[in-house]
Amino acid sequence: MSIKNEEFRPKIVAFCCNWCSYAGADLAGSSRLAYPADVKIIRVPCSCRVNPMFILRAFEKGADGVILCGCHPGDCHYSTGNYYARRRMTLLFSMLDYIGVENGRTRVEWVSAAEGVKFSQTMNEFVEKIRSLGENVRLGDLRCKN
Amino acid sequence: MQELITRAKELLENGTVARVLGWKAGDLPYNPEPAYFTNAEELKDFVYNGFCGANLSKYMIEASKLEGKTLVCLKPCDTYSFNQLLKEHRVDREKAYIVGVGCKGKLNIEKVKSFGIKGIESVFGAEMTDNADTLTFQTIYGEKTCSYAEAMLERCHVCKGKEHVIYDELIGESKDTKDAERFAEVEKIEAMSPEEKFAFFQKELSKCIRCNACRNVCPACSCRKCVFDSTKFDSAQKANVDSFEEKMFHIIRAFHVAGRCTDCGECSRVCPQGIPLHLFNRKFIKDINELYGEFQAGADAETKGPLTNFTFDDAEPSIVANR
Repeated sequence: MSIKNEEFRPKIVAFCCNWCSYAGADLAGSSRLAYPADVKIIRVPCSCRVNPMFILRAFEKGADGVILCGCHPGDCHYSTGNYYARRRMTLLFSMLDYIGVENGRTRVEWVSAAEGVKFSQTMNEFVEKIRSLGENVRLGDLRCKN
Repeated sequence: MQELITRAKELLENGTVARVLGWKAGDLPYNPEPAYFTNAEELKDFVYNGFCGANLSKYMIEASKLEGKTLVCLKPCDTYSFNQLLKEHRVDREKAYIVGVGCKGKLNIEKVKSFGIKGIESVFGAEMTDNADTLTFQTIYGEKTCSYAEAMLERCHVCKGKEHVIYDELIGESKDTKDAERFAEVEKIEAMSPEEKFAFFQKELSKCIRCNACRNVCPACSCRKCVFDSTKFDSAQKANVDSFEEKMFHIIRAFHVAGRCTDCGECSRVCPQGIPLHLFNRKFIKDINELYGEFQAGADAETKGPLTNFTFDDAEPSIVANR
């Protein structure tokens, strides 16, 4: 029997808004800026589309970290979506902290379509952070493990 | 209580109201239940005492669809819920005749039982006429007494005040019952380490049996289609329920009423497993107060709720990690 000695590869879900952050990720790609492959991007119409349940669900299904990227406040394609998202996420993150989920597994970052560098930097930082926190054991559902 | 019944009869007779929404005596001396009364004959079962904890404002959603006005008895804290429902266009003000009833704190029978008072045959001192100091129980083991204040529901210790925020007339006296800090419990948990917090909430939430009582009783939970009833969603299946209850259900439930919860405490009152559900709602209220300014849902029927509103310079979510 071989001994597996794999390093921990976190599963990270990134919700990116269609108008800014998804384009920012695209720019990061076409500018050949590297960011870890552990980040799985889910495109949403607006950062405001992200229901708190999406985030809890991602954790339940085995994500180790969830990051939400949207347009900078003031630049929302739908004018005000990200302002609402900002309030919601603040409350949700505070609640997650309150029930004892480690701080830092969740993050919100505003990334515009021109900020490929910021996107790649943010993702590198976030993956590092999640690596240091280790596997998400608190919110995950055991049966979702593979 | 007699004054209330007399007035209700009067209003029924002169046709101002078509029905009365109040409480009727249950099969035990301490479990009155919400009920409709349509004539003087039925009103003889009407009760209003310290055990009438149920918030009747949610019943007005259905009563608003009926013919004629409904006389509804609302305690001071219930009027906040009514206002909130009014703001959300869930109830019709024209269909309600609100009688603001006095409140001297509502009792928690579980607390009484925890004092070792069991086999209760009758209760004295829970009527709203006296000054609500001591409760005397006639039990099968003899007479027992306990302090009224100690047997009160948690929510009455952190009472919002005995002012009715919406009413047509007021009947009965109130007595101030606030004797604890509203956010003290929340602060205690906030001061714990993540491991302690997690252990505390898992211990509490693993008791959940998903009876949905907290959802069904909540005056703010009034969606016609509820996310928890969706068959496409795993929560509707028993096999998926355990971890869901512990990790998602209560956060989602509390989040759905964040900014709209008046802190009426019905969720904790009805929980058959005794889970302190108000801790979730109150955490959201505390955060909203700290981050977006003091807000009391239901204090009026016009102001925008904190989650349907924003300012350009709101705190960034990263504030949570830096606190």
